[in-house]
Amino acid sequence: MKKIFLLPLSVVIFYTTSCISQENPPVIETPDQSQYTTETIVEGIDIPWGMDFISENEILVTEKKGILYRVINGVKNEVSGLPEIYVRGQGGLLDIALHPDFKSNNIIYFTAAINVEGDEGGNTSLYKATLKGNSLEEVKLLYKALPNTKKGQHYGSRIVFDGQGHLFFGIGDRGNRDVNPQNLGIDGGKIYRLNLDGSIPVDNPFVNQEGAIAAVYSYGHRNPQGMTMHPKKGELWENEHGPKGGDEINIIEKGKNYGWPVITYGINYSGTPITDKRAMPNMEQPIYYWVPSIAPSGMAFSTSGVYKKWKGDLFVGSLKFKYLEHLILKRGKVVKREKILVDIGRLRNVKEGPDGYLYIGVDGKGILKVIKK
Amino acid sequence: MKLILITFCALLLMQFSWLQQNKPLEQSISDGAEIYQDFCLQCHLDTGEGVSGVFPPLANSDYLLNNIDLSIKGIKYGLSGPIVVNDEEYDGVMANQGLDNEEIADVMNYILNSWGNKSNDIITIERIAQVTE
Ligand code: HEC
Repeated sequence: MKKIFLLPLSVVIFYTTSCISQENPPVIETPDQSQYTTETIVEGIDIPWGMDFISENEILVTEKKGILYRVINGVKNEVSGLPEIYVRGQGGLLDIALHPDFKSNNIIYFTAAINVEGDEGGNTSLYKATLKGNSLEEVKLLYKALPNTKKGQHYGSRIVFDGQGHLFFGIGDRGNRDVNPQNLGIDGGKIYRLNLDGSIPVDNPFVNQEGAIAAVYSYGHRNPQGMTMHPKKGELWENEHGPKGGDEINIIEKGKNYGWPVITYGINYSGTPITDKRAMPNMEQPIYYWVPSIAPSGMAFSTSGVYKKWKGDLFVGSLKFKYLEHLILKRGKVVKREKILVDIGRLRNVKEGPDGYLYIGVDGKGILKVIKK
Repeated sequence: MKLILITFCALLLMQFSWLQQNKPLEQSISDGAEIYQDFCLQCHLDTGEGVSGVFPPLANSDYLLNNIDLSIKGIKYGLSGPIVVNDEEYDGVMANQGLDNEEIADVMNYILNSWGNKSNDIITIERIAQVTE
């Protein structure tokens, strides 16, 4: 009698404790760190939110508090002509990206929190401008999310091109999870798709839906902080901050709902549940979720052969645990995870440079080049 | 009669500006709790414990409780570089969160009176205004 009673009880106890303490597999490994090192490329930036490469020796870097740098051989030159930036909470000057034909047209895009309406608060915007030397000209607002809010959270963003005349950018839920992400008529909690001139593609998923925002490409997101095109498959890959537990990697498809906050693997920061639902019909599952949360920031595939054995692998910064995460994928699943550059600092961004090396943005430091001995 | 009217008006004005400037402590603490949820919790956590070695604690923090004006300065203008909190060294970056003086006063009153913290100082908007970079 006693045994019969104890067995299920111990199973239940084992199950619940392992649920609480367990890391979502594969469990992260820490290889010998002496094989990795970094070279400092740009120094002295508090929060290097975004970057893009004009050439190997020339990088555009945004500093969140509202400065754009054109860095030439490590020397920072401040670029003039930015609009007034709304710096509050997680908002400020965010991502930057060169037009695919930058070499011939000198056009750049950037995202920033702004307020142009004159009310209180701010929201995420996308701008286009022409870079002439160290100044921006023909600065044009392409998209501005509404309404403005004084909330400090979840501005997005990351700018990505698909090579077919479109650009994507994300906006987080702006701290209003119960209203924004599941409502197609309100900004926030969405990935957007525009043509390179800012116009709306005629085949966007919700152009013909009454009341929906025509620029929306996918919805149900919490806070996208990393986005990149898969180098071979042409898929749009994204990572986003979940609540406590439940950061995600998603493959973004047209018109799809990624579920926040109806489904999530995370819980409130206070430990209380948000929902008991992890899956629902017509809501997409992540290809990987992090429990515990690492606060993923930035996302890049290594496509060059400069690092032995890293070709085709995915790299994501961890803001929270201060390392670069190396993810090995097989048939669309994460099969191995490794910590690279343990304790390097709050890792904000990662990109592959024109020389094939990975470059990382680290809070309080600047831009570093990743070297494998 | 005129004098009475003037004093009355002056009193009313004073009362009004007092009300506007400095609300009761309880109100300030509860407004501060909301600011905390929005702007601080992601790093210092809802227990105020922070993350050892990464985000310093606010609960029982000797730095906070003994350096109120320095703490205000950190919240108002940002804080980076090495500091010691409860015998542990931190060398991180806390960005300026873009809060106005009233919001900083509220969040200070909240963190000075939460998680077992107690302070005799009631933080006013004037005190925040006096802290310069
Ligand atoms: C992005 C993470 C982050 C956010 C958000 C943040 N802090 Fe901090 N905070 C830090 C770090 C890191 C330090 C230590 C900085 C250093 O090492 O110089 C710090 C230091 C402090 C200190 C002084 C040290 C101590 O522990 O007593 C106080 C007080 C403080 N923060 C209060 C706040 C308040 C109030 C807010 C919200 C308005 C806030 N912080 C938001 C990261 C953050």
